[in-house]
Amino acid sequence: MQKIGVFVCWCGSNIAATVDVKAVAEAMKNEDGVVVSTDYQYMCSAAGQKMIQDAIHEHQLDGIVVCSCSPRMHEATFRKTAEAAGLNPYMVEIANIREQCSWIHKDIPEGTEKAIILARSAIAKLRHNMPLQAGTSAVKKRCLVIGGGIAGIQTALDVADAGFEVDIVEKRPTIGGRMAQLDKTFPTLDCSACILTPKMVEASQSEKINIISYAEVEKVSGFVGNFTATIRKKARYVDEVKCTGCGLCMAKCPAKKGKNEFNMELDNRPAIYIPFAQAIPNVAVIDPEQCNKLKNGKCGLCERVCTAGAINYKQEDELIEREYGAIVVATGFQPMDVNPLNELGYAENADVVTSLELERLMNAAGPSKGTLLRPSDGKHPHTIVFVQCVGSRCDENTKRGKPYCSKICCMYTAKHAMLIREKYPDTDVHVFYIDVRTPGKNFDEFYRRAVEQYGVDYIKGQVGKIANENGKLMVQGSDLINGEQITIAADLVVLATAIEPDPTARSIGTMLTSSMDTNDFFTEAHPKLRPVESPTAGIFLSGVAQGPKDIPETVAQAGAAASKVIGLLAKDHLVTNPCVAGSNELLCNGCSQCEKVCPYGAITYIDKEVRGPGVREVRRVAQVNPAVCQGCGACTVTCPSGAMDLKGFSNQQIMAEVDAICL
Amino acid sequence: MIANELKKRALELLADGTVKRVLGWQKGEFEHDWSPALFETAEEMKGFVYGKYAGANLSKYCLKLNKEEGKTLVMLKPCDTYSFNQLLHEHRLNRENFYIIGVGCKGMEDQNGLLMKCTCCKGKVFELSDEVIDDEESRQPMPEVDRFEQVAKLEQMTHQERFEFWRNELSRCIRCNACRNVCPACTCVKCVFDNPGSGIASKANVTDFEENMFHIIRAYHVAGRCTDCGECSRVCPQNIPLHLLNRKFIKDMNELYGEYQAGEGAEERTPMTSYTLEDVEPGIVHERGNE
Ligand SMILES: Cc1cc2nc3c(=O)[nH]c(=O)nc-3n(C[C@H](O)[C@H](O)[C@H](O)COP(=O)(O)OP(=O)(O)OC[C@H]3O[C@@H](n4cnc5c(N)ncnc54)[C@H](O)[C@@H]3O)c2cc1C
Ligand code: SF4
Ligand code: SF4
Ligand code: SF4
Ligand code: SF4
Repeated sequence: MQKIGVFVCWCGSNIAATVDVKAVAEAMKNEDGVVVSTDYQYMCSAAGQKMIQDAIHEHQLDGIVVCSCSPRMHEATFRKTAEAAGLNPYMVEIANIREQCSWIHKDIPEGTEKAIILARSAIAKLRHNMPLQAGTSAVKKRCLVIGGGIAGIQTALDVADAGFEVDIVEKRPTIGGRMAQLDKTFPTLDCSACILTPKMVEASQSEKINIISYAEVEKVSGFVGNFTATIRKKARYVDEVKCTGCGLCMAKCPAKKGKNEFNMELDNRPAIYIPFAQAIPNVAVIDPEQCNKLKNGKCGLCERVCTAGAINYKQEDELIEREYGAIVVATGFQPMDVNPLNELGYAENADVVTSLELERLMNAAGPSKGTLLRPSDGKHPHTIVFVQCVGSRCDENTKRGKPYCSKICCMYTAKHAMLIREKYPDTDVHVFYIDVRTPGKNFDEFYRRAVEQYGVDYIKGQVGKIANENGKLMVQGSDLINGEQITIAADLVVLATAIEPDPTARSIGTMLTSSMDTNDFFTEAHPKLRPVESPTAGIFLSGVAQGPKDIPETVAQAGAAASKVIGLLAKDHLVTNPCVAGSNELLCNGCSQCEKVCPYGAITYIDKEVRGPGVREVRRVAQVNPAVCQGCGACTVTCPSGAMDLKGFSNQQIMAEVDAICL
Repeated sequence: MIANELKKRALELLADGTVKRVLGWQKGEFEHDWSPALFETAEEMKGFVYGKYAGANLSKYCLKLNKEEGKTLVMLKPCDTYSFNQLLHEHRLNRENFYIIGVGCKGMEDQNGLLMKCTCCKGKVFELSDEVIDDEESRQPMPEVDRFEQVAKLEQMTHQERFEFWRNELSRCIRCNACRNVCPACTCVKCVFDNPGSGIASKANVTDFEENMFHIIRAYHVAGRCTDCGECSRVCPQNIPLHLLNRKFIKDMNELYGEYQAGEGAEERTPMTSYTLEDVEPGIVHERGNE
């Protein structure tokens, strides 16, 4: 007969206010095998833990049940407590009487009754527990960063600085992300390229950082400390090593009708191009949809002019397979598509632009070389209207945009308005807003400067319609403060467009089995206490991929993610979870159902001679790789014959728990 | 006549050594009751029959023959090929151990006329075969009927009515296990109900819910794998409409995860063994269940 100890925690008043903890402890004394049952104010405190350890020694306990908060909170704590007292850590069961009981009940008798049932079921499970030994697995000392925006670059720099190898996989031909497209940055108005490009160069020169551009992660398997990723490096038809980035090819290429993605498609670029002058790597890429040579074999000019002999029309996609200990998601964002918002007339009017387009229109390296000219006729706009919250803060039922606040728009619009008024004092600038949100260091001061010093006209109200009347954009909106409908005849309208996660985020999330919220931003392991870790071990979050944020916040988070990565890679070994699945070959049909549901690819099959009572034959049977299995249990519930079972959560243990609750 | 041609071809294949044995049908105790049979010689083949009473699906019998030395000739009607193919998907049979003759079918009968399964025929397509023996008439499609009509009626009932319907039907079950034993999806090397270690049988036995539990568990185990071959209802000596239970699952899966026919096409993930981004959220499944 096992000797079991039960320890009921009050959690201050968290539990004790709705559960009669003394009654629970008392009731458990009558359960089979229980030799000691007691309660205490804070079981997780040093005194509480000592109480458990003393009881283990005194009563020679074989197992303990702690009735407390969720196992997510303190299971590890109590396992360590038990282990220190000489008990196998897997002989500890937690009855969650806080989240699953006291917090959701108001009535004390009801709460107490439920706590007793939960405790009883944990004891029932514990009776079937077996001591388990955790193994170890080696940590691969290399980090994968997906996305080469400022977030990815900063994380990579910090991880490399600690001496670990980092691969940045960037889907575009150059790293830099959105920040490379910006003109000046709030709140200090320093030039974006001037602060970003040195970091890009530093990354490219670091011996520890390997930039894999124009590439996407295709498959990821494995687990924390031991991931394997397959990366597809797309053919750029230019030899990265040979190309010197001289740009001669770009000048000579006759196919100049490619949409210039870097300039938000406001102008064109040749079929062979380098996205911008400071691109890293500074290597050309051929757009196969535009290139005459690749389309119909006629041309080949760039090959002839390239003195480095870098052009290779036969280049193919390359698949790279590498092992990593940690993976950082830094896939960033894109502006939402505003075409469907008909009343704003973005689709019909060239002079209705998004804020990111405005960044390019104002940028010295942009299509108009930094002079603000409107796209339709290249004239200087005299009246400019900004529309805030386009696609942000929308009622979800209207399906017109995002429920969240994009966070950066209030600040960048103040920046845009101020820069325009500074450079073109003859321009009237109006801003339609719902609220101006400027929490942040020096942010409100920045906004007030726009209003007070630069005379930007802020109008509280929303825009209902933008119509083109004889070349003027008639912006109709409400002015809530003066209580009237107004119409402003504008030359240029700028939509402060909501930002949304990169469209590839979902597939990356699925690949990494890391959870996302309903808006496709990656979720953190704990919104307050573990903001840069994904709930999936070994996956870390950096930048806007996790939620809207500006550059200072992005960089801070990138550094935090790096420190978590470093903490992981600094370890040589990780303790593995001994709660893994295994198949009983005498019962296994070899049917492959478990293999189909295993999200980690832990199950394979072998033909094996099976021996048992009355059987001796070769059969196809399932085998679980314990190093890969994460103990999720998907296979055990899929297996019809009950061949598959999970250590620590065996069918028998779960049945015992259910019986204890229901019978 | 298909039967004569079948016999002739089977004898040829036995004689030239292509196959070691023939899995077919022979006459039974009653006129309408033909049963599966194994023939190893020309002499034995005299007992071979094929015709309107050859309703039995021979796929399940292949499991045992899969372990025998040499090839087995198995005759499969169009609908039977789905069951065989499903067993291939589950790696329970080796294709190379069988020589499959697809046999034309004009609808099978028993003493009460057309079999339930033939009133909603899957069509005259053979999912797989080495050769086909049929005739013009057997290629004609059967009249189309909505196989979910009765399920829809059950869905209209209140919880209590439905519960009583099933309690009443299943109360007749004598646990002879015929349904399980004939089922080409119920093929576990050791069924949980025969495994004392699983703790299921012992639990089921002590309550009057035993038969209900048996059938509910069985229906869950075959969900996504059941081809709706109708054998369970055909063999039940107590005439329990077991197919309705399976069809409820099939209907739900079709509605929630898109049309799916077990045993069709190549091996793939079934609705129950795949997760996709398009899967309905559990809340929606729950709401439907609450109707
Ligand atoms: C109009 C505008 C003005 C702004 N102005 C300011 C400002 O003045 N000051 C300020 O602080 N902030 C400003 N911001 C915010 C700033 O742009 C962001 O904070 C910053 O760019 C976030 O960096 P990131 O690396 O997280 O994302 P991104 O810059 O979006 O970088 C993500 C990178 O990941 C790559 N990627 C995406 N998916 C994949 C994939 N599947 N595989 C490989 N690579 C992938 C992308 O190509 C990109 O290079 C502004 C934003 C906008 C829209
Ligand atoms: S418990 Fe089963 S399904 Fe889950 S990871 Fe392990 S083997 Fe795969
Ligand atoms: S599901 Fe069960 S029976 Fe089928 S292969 Fe897996 S362990 Fe074996
Ligand atoms: S065949 Fe009929 S009586 Fe026999 S176990 Fe199945 S349902 Fe019960
Ligand atoms: S009832 Fe379940 S365990 Fe038993 S044979 Fe059928 S599928 Fe296998």
